[in-house]
Amino acid sequence: MLLISCPWCGPRDETEYHYGGQAHVPYPENPADLTDEQWAEYVFYRDNPKGPFAERWMHSIGCRRWFNVLRDTATHEVLTSYRLDEPRPELPQAGGIR
Amino acid sequence: MAEREPTIDAGAGPAALRTSPLAHLEERMRAAAVTGARGVALTERPFTTMVNLRVDIASEAADRIGKALGAPLPGQCGTTTASGPHTVVWLGPDEWLVLSQADATAVTAELREALQGAPGSVVDVSANRTTLELGGPSARQVLEKGCPLDLHPRAFGPGRAVSTTVGPVPVLLWKVDDAPTYRLLPRSSFSGYLARWLIDAMSEYRGPEVP
Repeated sequence: MLLISCPWCGPRDETEYHYGGQAHVPYPENPADLTDEQWAEYVFYRDNPKGPFAERWMHSIGCRRWFNVLRDTATHEVLTSYRLDEPRPELPQAGGIR
Repeated sequence: MAEREPTIDAGAGPAALRTSPLAHLEERMRAAAVTGARGVALTERPFTTMVNLRVDIASEAADRIGKALGAPLPGQCGTTTASGPHTVVWLGPDEWLVLSQADATAVTAELREALQGAPGSVVDVSANRTTLELGGPSARQVLEKGCPLDLHPRAFGPGRAVSTTVGPVPVLLWKVDDAPTYRLLPRSSFSGYLARWLIDAMSEYRGPEVP
């Protein structure tokens, strides 16, 4: 079970949250100009890194707010969480880039 | 159940026809009460006025609403403010639930007037949830069987209220006093399950403590 810190409510169990996929995927500026391939890329293609991954979560049982979480996909460690209007925090890379 | 058939009383209005979501479990909840040093009791407190309030807490409208309620809106998760018949519970950074003993129409009108058309909303949601009251020396242990929160008094004292889960049911959990007495506010449609869950969780306190 993950222990995720909601920026508004503090640490709560994973069961109180709803997962929302990769964070920081911008909506295309001119969707009409996209080819089918580019549109498919935007809609379906997501990063799958091993290591820190920024993803969206929603505190569905609590304050019902969306926010971002930086989670290590290899260890499941929740590194940090931040609000949608905050930039992705820089992490100190103790062991270099994993 | 012919004796429960509602009869129209011309003077009392529609309120006299209301049936609480847990009316059918009233007997079972009363029978499940445990007395003594390990006592715990469960009752329903139906028909509380609840008004959902959404407004920017930094705005003047929030100040006006705070004045109308007689207490400022709580600004932090888990906090409540109380004044007269009203208790305001924090639901989100721009969302509150006003619990009140006063009439729902009056409270809604009063808050809507204080909002004065500013961005926000005031909605009467009295029928959305019902209130279960769980009290007694063993109440915390009963809740700890199914609530992931830290309910120790130093972390969750009187006047705290948070949205969480008890068993699989999402509830607004509010600690009223140090008895301890808790109020659980589940959605009405989940309340029957939650009441049965709590009755089952309370049953072990009837017997002696197992070392």
